[in-house]
This record gives sequence, C-alpha cells and structure tokens, in this order.
Amino acid sequence: MSSTSTAPRPAPAAERPVRAVPRSPMAPPRSFLWSRAIFLTLLTGFVLLPVYVMVSSSLKPLQDVSGKFRWVPSGLTIRPYIDIWSTVPLAKYFMNSLIVAGAATVCSVVIAVFSAYAVSRYNFRGKRVFTVTVLSTQMFPGILFLLPLFLIYVNIGNATGIALFGSRGGLILTYLTFSLPFSIWMLIGYFDSVPRDLDEAALVDGCGPLGALFRVVVPAAIPGIVAVAVYAFMTAWGEVLFASVMTNDATRTLAVGLQGYSTQNEVYWNQIMAASLVVSIPVVAGFLLLQRYLVAGLTAGAVK
Amino acid sequence: MTTTTADAAVDEPSVRKNSPGAARGPRRTGRIRRIGLPYLLLLPALLLELLVHLVPMVIGMVMSFKELTQFYIRDWGTAPWSGLDNYTMSVDFDAPVGEALLHSFFVTCVFTVLSVGICWLLGTAAAIYMQDVFRGRGLLRAVFLVPYALPVYAAVITWAFMFQHDNGLVNHVLHDQLGLTDKPSFWLIGDNSFVALLTVSVWKGWPFAFLIVMAGLQNIPRELYEAASLDGAGLWQQLRRITLPSLRPVNQVLVLVLFLWTFNDFNTPYVLFGKAAPEAADLISIHIYQSSFVTWNFGAGSAMSVLLLLFLLVVTGVYLALTSRGRKAADV
Repeated sequence: MSSTSTAPRPAPAAERPVRAVPRSPMAPPRSFLWSRAIFLTLLTGFVLLPVYVMVSSSLKPLQDVSGKFRWVPSGLTIRPYIDIWSTVPLAKYFMNSLIVAGAATVCSVVIAVFSAYAVSRYNFRGKRVFTVTVLSTQMFPGILFLLPLFLIYVNIGNATGIALFGSRGGLILTYLTFSLPFSIWMLIGYFDSVPRDLDEAALVDGCGPLGALFRVVVPAAIPGIVAVAVYAFMTAWGEVLFASVMTNDATRTLAVGLQGYSTQNEVYWNQIMAASLVVSIPVVAGFLLLQRYLVAGLTAGAVK
Repeated sequence: MTTTTADAAVDEPSVRKNSPGAARGPRRTGRIRRIGLPYLLLLPALLLELLVHLVPMVIGMVMSFKELTQFYIRDWGTAPWSGLDNYTMSVDFDAPVGEALLHSFFVTCVFTVLSVGICWLLGTAAAIYMQDVFRGRGLLRAVFLVPYALPVYAAVITWAFMFQHDNGLVNHVLHDQLGLTDKPSFWLIGDNSFVALLTVSVWKGWPFAFLIVMAGLQNIPRELYEAASLDGAGLWQQLRRITLPSLRPVNQVLVLVLFLWTFNDFNTPYVLFGKAAPEAADLISIHIYQSSFVTWNFGAGSAMSVLLLLFLLVVTGVYLALTSRGRKAADV
C-alpha cells in the first residue's frame, strides 16, 4: 500500500496461485525442523480444541454436557441437531442472516469496485481526503455511532415511512459500510496491479470508462474481488452489537438468535454446540474453499 | 454514458498525464463528464459512509454535550444542553463513574498490548515456519484459518462452554485430570476472567496476523534468499536480515489494524460474559455500552465514546508518525 519503489508490480494473482517461496536451496538444519514440528503441533492443538469440543458436544446427550466434561461421549445422538430447529426458530434466523449478509456483500463489493476504480485510475481533487476518511472510519468504536444511527433510522422511518430500524434493510445498509473501507483499500491495491495499458487499450477501442472497468479491469481482478466478497460476508455474518440492538423478533439474525438456547432453568449446551456448528458451516466451508483467493488477493493488494 | 464516450475515451490517457484542465472550450461537456466521473463513482460509498459513520459520529458528539437520559430519549433534540458536564463527570477519577472508566481504560490497554503482541508473535512465527514446502502444509494452513473463519458468536460461545465452572473442559483438565488447582476455578467471573478473555481473543485474532504475514512473505523475492544463502548466511541471519526487514511495511499496517480491532472489540466480551463484564475484564466498549444502555445515560456514554475516539486518533497519529519516519507517507 505504501510501497514507493519502482520494483515491478506483482502479476495479477490469477496467474499466480499461492505457492511456496523456498527460503533457500539448502536443507534446513535439524533443530529448525524439530522446533517447527513442536510449535506447529502445539498451535494445531490450541486451534482445534474448541472445534473438537463443538463437534463432540453437539453429538452428546444432555446429561453429558450438564455434568462433568467428558472427552469421549457416553453415547452419540443426533437428537440435538433435530431439536435445535424447534427450541428456537433457527431456520428463520438463518434465513435472515443469509439475506442480510448476502445483500450486504453484493452491495459492498459493487460499491467498492466503483470507488477503487475511481481512486486507482483517476487523479482528482479530494482523492486523498476520500481514502483517508473512508479508512479512518475503521477506527471508530462501533459504540460511538450505535445510538445516533439508531436515532437516524428511527427518524428516517418517521419522516419517510421507510422502515430502517428493525428491518433487514437497515441492517444491510449498516453492515455493508463495515466492510467497505477495507474492501476499497484492498481493491485499490489490486486494481493498481492490473496494468493500465489494458484498460487504456480498451478505451482506445471505444469502450467507455465503465466498459473498460467491467470488461478489462474486473475480470483481471477476480481473485481480489472474491477475497473482498468473502471478507464482506464474514463481517456481516458474524456481527453481534448492531444485530442485538437493531433487530426485532421477525428480523433477528443468528448472532442474536443463538442466545435463545439458554433459558432460565437450563442451558442446552449440546444444542448450542450443534447450532453453532450448523451456522458456522456456510462461512467456514466458503472461506476454506476461497482462502487461496484471499491470500492471493492480500498478496497483490493490501500487503504490497 | 452515451454521447461523449468516444470523445472521453480518446482523451483519457492524455488527461491523466496532463492536468485535468487541459481540455477547454467546445469540449466542456466532455471535460465535466471526465472530471465528474470519479466523483460519481465514489458517490455511493461516500453517501453510505456519511449516513452510517460520519453523520452519526457528529450527532454522537453533539449528544455528548447534552443531558440525555431516558426522559429525553424519545425526542433527543429537546434534551437540555449540559456543557461539559458529561466530560467532567467521565474524567473525574475520584468519583465512581470516572474511577470505573479509568479502570476499564487500563484493563483495555493491558489487554490490547498482550493480545496484539501474542497474536503478532504466533502469526509471524507460524507464517515463517510454513514458508518452506512440507507435507501437510496446505491442510495446516486451512486449519489455522478456522478460528478466523468461524463466526465470532459460535466460537466464543464454545469457549464460554469450555470455561464453565461445573461442566467445562478447562476445569476438567486443570483440576480433575492434572490436579493443578485445589478446587475448580471460576473463569467467567472474578480475576480469572481476564485470562479467559485474553485466551479467546488470541485464539480468534492470531490467524489474521498469520494470514497477512503469509501474504507479505510471498512478496519477498526469492533471489534475496538465494543470494544470502550463497553468501553463507544461515537461517537465523536470513530471518533477521531479509525476512523481518521486508515485512516492515506489512507489520506497520498489521499491528495498527490489530490494535484498533482489539481495543474496540465488543463482540468477544459481550458473548463471553453477557451484558455485564466482570471488573477484571471490563473492556472499554462493554463499559460504554453498559453506561449507555443499562443505566440509560446516553449523554455520558457519548462523552466516553468521544474520549475513546480522541485517544485512538492520537495513538494512531503518533504510531504512524513514528513508524513512517524515513519512509514516504502512504501514497494512497
């Protein structure tokens, strides 16, 4: 992002899948291999411990998760996976999260592409002010604008009849701005790495600036765009604070809905774990499938 | 986009090289279009940032000068002005409110420094260890990214389960299996809650450092290592002379982003502890949330948020000034 060198920019990462850069042709010393094995093993254990707890507990009967922790379940049951859908309206929350995160992602990516194209390809007054302002919104504590935003949405609703507060629309609007700064920043770097000759040729061939953007720059920057989309979806899918204030019974998302499994009398830990696993699968699977793009996108964009 | 496209297209390259004012006279409409286009492209982003971030922030600042309690919340414009009262109350460290805020601030500082430090260390170490190809490297990388990919609430709820007093894994291992503690400890209340929060935060945060450093390592030219290796530089020297210096620009941004995220983190303590965090883990976001929504004093909450923002601005400014010395400022 702040490289001022004239070193050749990396080729668009599409042609450059993530691959190892061997450190040296020499074989590493034995001590290095040992320390690596120990370090990576411990780290793997630390990372996977909660995953194991989540998976194993979700298959345990209730008495197993209410009493002392057991590494090995006394019996396996898929009962929690059936019960989660009736204990709380999980399907509805799931749908809400899907709509909100999906719409926020699409809007955020499209808007970020436009902005990044403008910054990457044009010189104009206020460019620096724009990028600095957008990036600095990243540092605002969410708590500072939570209440004002709530009041703005309520007032817009009263004045125009557009229900933003409590609706999915309001949440979509909010979430897409959360991922926007990082997305714009990453795409600027990515677009910069797409050679300008390409879109200049397209312009000479009679494409308009938008034609050049969609026919040349966007296709060349697909990995970066996918990376940004993954990021935007994860941001919206995982947000808790605004979801807990800005939703009602009909529009509640998973982030808030999952709290419904603990009643006053009993906490259904096996169901909580089953539900956590179910709501994690779409993002984790998507992320792991697309993580190559994310790394490639970061390499060519943000980290350059 | 229809009438002047061709005209704009022909001029495009030259306009970028010269100043935008080069075309004059009959080409005025084309020029307006060309100058206007970038602004048009930025408009949606700008409007949304204004609506969701900038305007609310200004309103938040206005609120901090008002006596905004539950009596005025329905129509906040009518709340009486209170001057600097909210601020003086927040920074009066002898009174309970200020004292609690100061305590929360210190807790957050210590928490952030530890969390960011450990995250960075783990992420960098893992990325460097995984720089070379070995069997299972791809799988391991996917595994390491799981905490980053998991939704916060799903991951943190699982940790909350593991930290339970009676049926949690942590007490089972530490007390029942290893016998390290006399009796099962409480992890989600009391002083231990700080350790619990830090553990969860590191678990959740280090993969991001890993991801960024890994991406940064890809950009180090391989020839550097080959040359160093021919010159007889060992692994340790290569690490010190090539890898770490090359990562400096990456680290500059990474540490700042980690710092801001960790300092403002609300989700982790909120899901781990619920609305009221234990004193030892009373992070500033939760504290302000509590001050605003639980006690219904939104004026004071806003004042605290503004103070927090000022603090973050100063730290970020100083940080960027210190770390950018000798390097040209960011060229974005």
